[in-house]
Formats: sequence, structure tokens, C-alpha cells
Amino acid sequence: MVVGFFFFLFAVVALAGAGGVVALRNPFYCALSLVVHLIALALLFLLLEAQFVAVAQIVVYAGAVMVLYVFVVGYVGGGDDPAPLWRASARQRALATIFAAAIFIELAIALLGTALSALSTDGAKLAADYGSPAQIGELLLTDFLLPFELASILLLVAAIGAVALAGRRGGIAEDESNMAPNRGEVYTPAPAATGSMAEGVSGYGVTRPLPEPQLEGRELKQPVRATPEDDSR
Amino acid sequence: MTINWYLIVSAMIFTIGAGGVLIRRNPLVILLCLELMLNAGNLALIGFSRMWGNGDGQIFALVVLVVAACEVAIGLGIIVALYRRRLPVDVDELIELRG
Repeated sequence: MVVGFFFFLFAVVALAGAGGVVALRNPFYCALSLVVHLIALALLFLLLEAQFVAVAQIVVYAGAVMVLYVFVVGYVGGGDDPAPLWRASARQRALATIFAAAIFIELAIALLGTALSALSTDGAKLAADYGSPAQIGELLLTDFLLPFELASILLLVAAIGAVALAGRRGGIAEDESNMAPNRGEVYTPAPAATGSMAEGVSGYGVTRPLPEPQLEGRELKQPVRATPEDDSR
Repeated sequence: MTINWYLIVSAMIFTIGAGGVLIRRNPLVILLCLELMLNAGNLALIGFSRMWGNGDGQIFALVVLVVAACEVAIGLGIIVALYRRRLPVDVDELIELRG
């Protein structure tokens, strides 16, 4: 009975959070709504006795991924959604509703018509260490070693890809330094190397000027300061 | 609670996420809705894992978690690159792949 109460509580919160993601106008609130959804989902995982996955969900998702999200929403400017829900064309909304309903009906048919009689039970009898970090770790390093290693390579590739996509080359572009809307009326050109790796490393270009390149008779191949066209490579 | 209930909740979350992907036009929110769909899949996986009483489904859910994190990193990188090039952050206007 107690489990049932908590199940419905967490399920309603998770569904409300999911609805908020779709319906809220401001992307920032959408992200916060997703955090609520993720925490409720982690509690549902706990009800299913998957303790390790629940904790991983909170730490990885509600923690790390959502922080990344909130930062990007803050950078891109979450204030004005270019296309709020109610400005989508009526035809698009109707079609979307029909397709979503079709998916749900399909899933419901699959659930109701299933021959898996175990679905109507509370699940199999569990070993004492079910869902514990010990069990997960043992499985990851024995039966699922290859997926484990592939996942680590995938993470590495994704990290490199994200830096390559979003990273600046050679500092902030000329017209970009004045892009922040709250900077005020006065044009304040940002120092060279603002926003590039060099700034974070040693404060070059901000507190002290960039070092002159040592030519020593060689031809200078790359420009010291990237032009805005350079950024579009 | 029987496993059926968890699967029904999972189906509902998946439906909401799919509807959001179809309705919304801000790529940031579309990414969030994709997260919803992946999480619905995770809930079903954990539910099936509980049904059989072994941990394989949980490993699957963890791998989905990793893939979702990668997807967010790449997706947000693309959105930041779009913003930096002054392209509209609206999927209806981004109908051409050439940059």
C-alpha cells in the first residue's frame, strides 16, 4: 500500500515535469522542469530497487547534464522562445497530437496484448545484492566489458566533438564582443584572446599582451590574431 | 505495484516527449524532449530488469545514460555554433544543411 502511494506520487510528479518541458514557454523553465522530472524518475527507479542507476541518474543527469543545459540556455538567451507552443501552426499542432496519440495507442496495445504474464506480477524474487554497485560493477567488468569500453570511447569522442563544434579559434570575433545585450550603451572592445583557451591558461591578452611570435627567419604561417572570417572554418 | 504500471508511465512519458519533439521549434527544447523519450526507455528497461530479477537491464539503462550525455554534449555544441554564426535558433528556418 505504501509502495503504491509513493508510486503514484512519483509518477504524477514525473508526468507533470514531462508536461512542463513541452508546455512551458521559456526554455530555462523547461530545463528546470526536466530536472524535476529526472528526480521523480530516479525515485521510481528506487522503487524498482535499482539503487545504483537511481544515483547515477541524479548525479549524471540532474547534476552534470542539466548544469550544461542551463549554461547553454543562459548563453543563447532563453528569454524569448522564437516559437512558443501556441504559435505553432494549428495544422502542425493537430498532426503532432495525432501522431503522439498514435504512438501511445500502439504502446498501450503492445502492453495489453503482451504474452508476458510476468508483467502482471511484482517481479521475480530478488537476490540480496540486486541493483547494488557491487552487482553492477561485476556485470560491467565481466559480461558487459565490451559495451563498457565502447561507452568510454563514445564519451571521449563526444567530448572532442563538442569542443570542436563549440570552441572558438583565435579569440573572440570583432563583432561578437559587443553581442551581449546587457553590456550597455558604451562599446567596450574585449581584449584579444577573450574566450579562447589562452585566456583560461595564463590570462594572456587580458592582463598582459599576447607574446610576439618568435620568427627566427621562418615564415609566419598562421596569423597571430584570427579574423572573423577565420572563425567560419 | 506490478510492472505493468511502470510500463504505462513509461509509455506516457515517451508520448509526451514525442509530442514535444513534433510541436516545439526551439532546438534546445527539442533536445530536452529527446531526453524525455530516452528516459522513458530507461524506465521500461529498469522495469523489465526488475521483472526478470537480473541486472542486465540496468546495464542497458546505464549505457543509454552515457549515450544521452554524449547526445546532449554534441547537440548543445551545435546549438552554440548556430548561435555564434547568427543563424536563427529555430528548426523551421534551419532547413538547409549547408552552412
